[in-house]
Amino acid sequence: MSTRDPDRPRGLRIEVLRHNPADSASRPRLQGYDLAEAPGMTLFIALNEIRETQDPSLQFDFVCRAGICGSCGMLINGRPGLACRTLTQDLDAHIRLAPLPVFELIGDLSVNTGKWMRAMGERLQSWLHDGSAADVDRVEAAMDPDLADEIYELDRCIECGCCVAACGTARMRADFVGAVGLNRIARFRLDPRDGRGDGDFYELIGDDQGVFGCMALLGCQDVCPKDLPLQAQIAFLRRSMARQGFG
Amino acid sequence: MKIRYTDVLVVGGGLAGLRMAIAVRRRGHEAVILSLVPPKRSHSAAAQGGMQASLANVIQGQGDNEDVHFEDTVRGSDWGADQEVVRMFVHTAPKAVRELAAWGVPWSRVRKGEREVVINGERVGVTERDAAHGLVAQRQFGGTRKWRTCYASDGTGHAMLYTVSDLAIAAAIPVHERMEAIALIHDAGRCHGAVVRNLMTGELTAYVAKASALATGGAGRLYRVTTNAVICEGMGQAIALDTGVAALGNMEAVQFHPTGIFPAGILVTEGCRGDGGLLLDGDGHRFMPDYEPEKRELASRDVVSRRMEQHIAAGKGARSRFGEHLWLDITLLGREHIERNLREVQEICRNFLGIDPVTEPIPVRPAQHYTMGGIRTDHTGESPTLKGLFAAGEVACWDMHGFNRLGGNSVAETVVAGMIVGESIADFCDRSANDAVVSTGLARDFLGREQVRLDGLLKGGGGENANALKAAMQKVMTDKVGIFRHGEALAAAVEELQQLVERSRHLGVGYKAAGANPELVVAYRLQLMLRLALCTAAGALARTESRGAHYRDDYPRRNDEAWLQRTLALWPDPADTLPTLDYEALDISSMELPPGWRGYGARDHIAHPDAQLRQADIDHVKVEQAGADRFALQEALMPFRHLLPERYRGPNERLAEGMS
Repeated sequence: MSTRDPDRPRGLRIEVLRHNPADSASRPRLQGYDLAEAPGMTLFIALNEIRETQDPSLQFDFVCRAGICGSCGMLINGRPGLACRTLTQDLDAHIRLAPLPVFELIGDLSVNTGKWMRAMGERLQSWLHDGSAADVDRVEAAMDPDLADEIYELDRCIECGCCVAACGTARMRADFVGAVGLNRIARFRLDPRDGRGDGDFYELIGDDQGVFGCMALLGCQDVCPKDLPLQAQIAFLRRSMARQGFG
Repeated sequence: MKIRYTDVLVVGGGLAGLRMAIAVRRRGHEAVILSLVPPKRSHSAAAQGGMQASLANVIQGQGDNEDVHFEDTVRGSDWGADQEVVRMFVHTAPKAVRELAAWGVPWSRVRKGEREVVINGERVGVTERDAAHGLVAQRQFGGTRKWRTCYASDGTGHAMLYTVSDLAIAAAIPVHERMEAIALIHDAGRCHGAVVRNLMTGELTAYVAKASALATGGAGRLYRVTTNAVICEGMGQAIALDTGVAALGNMEAVQFHPTGIFPAGILVTEGCRGDGGLLLDGDGHRFMPDYEPEKRELASRDVVSRRMEQHIAAGKGARSRFGEHLWLDITLLGREHIERNLREVQEICRNFLGIDPVTEPIPVRPAQHYTMGGIRTDHTGESPTLKGLFAAGEVACWDMHGFNRLGGNSVAETVVAGMIVGESIADFCDRSANDAVVSTGLARDFLGREQVRLDGLLKGGGGENANALKAAMQKVMTDKVGIFRHGEALAAAVEELQQLVERSRHLGVGYKAAGANPELVVAYRLQLMLRLALCTAAGALARTESRGAHYRDDYPRRNDEAWLQRTLALWPDPADTLPTLDYEALDISSMELPPGWRGYGARDHIAHPDAQLRQADIDHVKVEQAGADRFALQEALMPFRHLLPERYRGPNERLAEGMS
């Protein structure tokens, strides 16, 4: 923050929840690291500095380091967020980091979101269902520009897993598809290129593992790094699916 | 010994790898994709501004077609490109956009009627045609004569990657994640697969395949300041080079993007300038028209980056505690435009700079962005010297970018090359002569060799630190092999990099775990990255001319007489500290567009003596073909359709141009 003296950097203490499930002797523990804050320092920069200068064994994931790819979701002082775009200047000098809950732990701050993404994609069949093959030589089918924008809005999800980590239902039942999955369905439901109707979507999400499992605690929307309108989508889907169920 | 067999091993889970795998799967061949990270986390997701394809949907794109896209791309390349490949690319790009549209990419769409756009700093009204309403929209990018860049807001790569990745799941293509190919298995000029390391357990597996396809992206992390993701370390190029058989092409051709945010180097899209954003100096003066009156902010990237650095060197930069930079001003585009079409840019500015680009200018400075060089392939995507090894996307030197890539042509290349190379891999697998005949002994030898290398790093007690050497390499590359190059600095860079190679033979790895071990990973990659750095630096030192992004201030002219050639780098002996450089000439007598002035940038070059002869041939053909349509004329000048897979040979329909 601007009130701090830039010539006298703060000392940061970063505590990381360490655990290596591949090592039977490993027990979860907090490990603290001290480092000097630098201007513009993000948790990406801080963690890399720790690994390069203090502890080469520390495991964490970054890919784009620009808030685009969703790799670096973790608990930052207990709250799910993207570490790459979290500036240390916005946090207290004492920072506590832990891996995202709910997901399979690979080690330290690294969790297996990839395995979860694949399983979710398979389960929700999250691709366009369309019987006809496109003739790629011809002018493409038109789509209303406002509708295209609406679909894009929901397509912006980066599957970082923060919404799942912040979800009460997901904490209690591992088979809940979470806001990310429901948003994905909402996206395809909106898309006229998808041949599926509500009856088909009901088969996919019309139960407690799907849209009726949501307790509407709003945690998903609170933490979504892309500010997606998750609760509105879930509410809307729930109403449509309920209508389908009673119909 | 663990061996897995498949028809096609695809290394890399980004757009090029996924699209190749889908192509071969649809032709009935089994494919396995290896990926360092979940495919949707690939660097393809970072492509913001869009993909070029000559659809001619928007009013400012009227008159666009393959011919115009072809000319823009060849001029953009500074005549370094393979013109046949450029033709294949521009012909297939509209099909790629349309295929992706049918697959579900939420492309931004044309809205009929009047709208305001910003052109050359002025608000101008344009009217989109009724007939175009709802077709894929297009924006302007640098170095193009028409508005050609198709986009989904400024999350184009993300939207494309999610669609294609989900389609690979629909096709049940297995992706083995957190797996790294660390060496290619090969024998007598034939590639048979790869030795693969599991990044979670450290276990090695030999993947044996009829065809191996590398799609691992670029090598931006050779540099200190880069827009590239942290996984873009060039390992695909490096393991190909390590065979001693496959060659790398044009590794000295490195692109710097004009608008990396300062100082982090995170990209903000060229769409900012395409949509009307301006570059300002420390005094708030718009300087690009002073240097490039024709194209201003929208000259090609190499030219804009050089002008920016030149302007900073002239003392006109804005000063900050991190050093000097310039400003990218998009405030004139207005809130509505930014919040609809430049959303990622706004997010990046808010999160990393704490500013809102609706009201404040963005601090920018050029940063390493794209690797034009890569694994030299022929037009089918196969290495001419290592049979069965294919490459597509940024890892490859398929050579449609030559010495400077136009914005919007890279994400386009990933899918277009994926489509074309995927078909040629399927053709390759169809031929029984290419069936895999590999002894398990060969796989064992390669596995053993790699295990010895890794054990050596873990157990050897050398005193050198891999992270420190890596930082030293990145500094040498940034300081001495950057936007402006000079013989003395390049010679020093080559020497320093050679010293780093020597030192990298004495690494000590402090953390000894054989499984997940980030320090070990840095160590084994560093040894390979240093070779790539040397290919780049040595290639740049040898090339005594300026072409595209390769600019020598001691040889400022493009020299077609001596350098209308593609650099080939080989590393035949692991004990070497320098690559072996070789050259292949670009054949001017078959060029559809003989070398000339690009339309921006320096206006003098040393002409090739055959350029005029070729131009005379072309003029003659044009007279002969007078009255013929553009397809017939093109065919007479440089036939290329026979090089394409049959399914992609058809003409592209446009609003103003039916299926002729």
